Amino acid sequence: MTDRFARALGWTSLMLGTAHLAAPKAVARLCGVDDAPGATTVARLVGGRELLHAALLLGAKNPAQWAWTRVAGDTMDLGVLGRAAANRTGTRRARALAALGVVAGIAALDAACARRGTAKAKGPLQVRASITINKPREEVYRFWRDLENLPSFMIHLDSVRTLDQRRSHWKANGPIVRLEWEAEIIDERAGDLIAWRSVPGTGISTAGLVSFTEGPGGRGTVVDVSLEYGAPGRKLAAAVARMFGEHPEQQVRDDLRRFKQVMETGEVVRSEGSPEGHRALRQLRQRPAQPIGGRA
Amino acid sequence: MKANVWAGRNRLEIEDVPDPRILNARDAIVRVTSTAICGSDLHLVDGYIPTVKKGDVLGHEFMGEVVEVGPGVRNLRAGDRVVVPFPIACGACFACEAELYSLCENSNPNAGMAEKLMGHSPAGIFGYSHMLGGFPGGQAEYARVPFADVGPIKIEDDLPDEKVLFLSDIFPTGFMGAEMCDIKPGQTIAIWGAGPVGQFAAASAFLLGADRVIVIDRFPYRLRRVQRTGAEVLNYEEVNVLDALRDMTGGRGPDACIDAVGMEAHHPTPAMYAYDRTKQAARLETERPYVLREAIMACRNGGVVSVIGVYGGFVDKFPMGTVMNRSLTIRTGQCHVQRYMEPLLDRIRAGEIDPSFVISHRMPLSEAPRGFELFKNKQDECNKVVLTP
Repeated sequence: MTDRFARALGWTSLMLGTAHLAAPKAVARLCGVDDAPGATTVARLVGGRELLHAALLLGAKNPAQWAWTRVAGDTMDLGVLGRAAANRTGTRRARALAALGVVAGIAALDAACARRGTAKAKGPLQVRASITINKPREEVYRFWRDLENLPSFMIHLDSVRTLDQRRSHWKANGPIVRLEWEAEIIDERAGDLIAWRSVPGTGISTAGLVSFTEGPGGRGTVVDVSLEYGAPGRKLAAAVARMFGEHPEQQVRDDLRRFKQVMETGEVVRSEGSPEGHRALRQLRQRPAQPIGGRA
Repeated sequence: MKANVWAGRNRLEIEDVPDPRILNARDAIVRVTSTAICGSDLHLVDGYIPTVKKGDVLGHEFMGEVVEVGPGVRNLRAGDRVVVPFPIACGACFACEAELYSLCENSNPNAGMAEKLMGHSPAGIFGYSHMLGGFPGGQAEYARVPFADVGPIKIEDDLPDEKVLFLSDIFPTGFMGAEMCDIKPGQTIAIWGAGPVGQFAAASAFLLGADRVIVIDRFPYRLRRVQRTGAEVLNYEEVNVLDALRDMTGGRGPDACIDAVGMEAHHPTPAMYAYDRTKQAARLETERPYVLREAIMACRNGGVVSVIGVYGGFVDKFPMGTVMNRSLTIRTGQCHVQRYMEPLLDRIRAGEIDPSFVISHRMPLSEAPRGFELFKNKQDECNKVVLTP
């Protein structure tokens, strides 16, 4: 919803920008400033700026935050139009005041959108990923349900120790800090889904849901994972991700690729360029594709 | 061990590198007995492909003797003689089960890299950039072969290396190009590119029952070579190809057209340009993007355009109107080599074809850099170089 709102503002920017660039004189006249010597130049500059807003709002993945650029532009326009109205009389003053009113209205919309965008960015971090595995649903589910298997494909995990049917102790090894937390399974339907969350007050705030569905036409098992890092965990998760040089979304996708390899081929596939298997950081800093020295 | 290593743009060096060792249970280590230089290797050497790193061992056409197998390999043992297919494939995923081996979903550890540029990732390939896995190639004394229980084919009789080596890439690639044409008796097949792959496509088209094969190129020595397969030839520097093909086919056009050239795509954005270059593996040296367009324009109504020349990205001025209005079918793909090795080996054994006809130069691995020079610059009528470690 917020995104659609932001995109609509983007289209508005596009239309305004085009109008400013195509007919600067008409725009100046409408705003009552056609008597100023540089009016058409200013109109063109504003038009260019509007196109920049449009590019940001229509092109960005999370557009709402970019509405702040429009708020800044609106402030500038309000200043210019305010001065124009103050220095003029008669029809021109009336036109400038009308334009001022319109811009103020738009500014209110822009600010509302931008605030929603900021709020969204500060909310819990959510990542989703999906993969299809050429194995029966039961088998795929069972492997995941044995949480101690998770480190075999979640490369950032050191170990997971099962405490009882519901609770487990997780250890992750970052390059700088070591993280430990406890998690509990909060929902579980055999063969269908597993939902878990970190136990409050155990160091990290995270929750996850993995679901297993049969692929259409007997095409294996579709595994959907969604993870959420709550407000305290969000920063930590982002920091851990940064330490590894990875985006959280990329991490989950890489984990699922390794999961697929383990299920379908028996282990994580390694190359000399990426001896650890799928891993975003390795994609940036590959070893040369030549044999690794020393004996295993 | 000695290996042919990329040392920078247009710089190849024979270097001492560590011997490969088993990394996965289904690996085998192969002592390479023969390896070849492929047209697509040239683009790596030219440095157009950004995910090639200094120190990378090149080569994706090789064969040899198994010296060690991982605990997961049960069908091979030390001493077996094998030809290794260039795409690495697990044999267990959706793509492999559909025999689309070059699209194996598990064999590229750097799938994320390829995904960003191509939408989805194809299989890993030996010695062919980090985007396609970061696997060392076979222009070396030894090579690690992942999924050795799926890819390599055992050669159990005394067929010499030269007759079976090209099962690793160019024979199956040419064959798949012809197979995709769905050839029926009486048909005429036109092939752009008379390099080794074009030559194999021509030979394969005849094997599959084509009546006539017409090959288009500009190097007289390559056209002479392909004539030996029984093909007719056109030199595009001398004739208008569209007119000539129309005249040669009673005004109707060839029943199917094979693009064995590929194209050099350009893009102003470095990343997109990089992507284009990576997928580019023209078997002939060409700067001309019109081969695909010309093949489409030339093809008869309702015919097939088979694309085995490698393309990178986005084709400009693509004649979609003629494809749609004239009911053309476009078929393409990196060769699913594993699918073809067994049947093509049978054809070699039966004496239907001797793939060694493409070889023009033989030299020791230590002279690989010179072999690349000859091949790249078309010196000394270089057609195909085989290296022996």
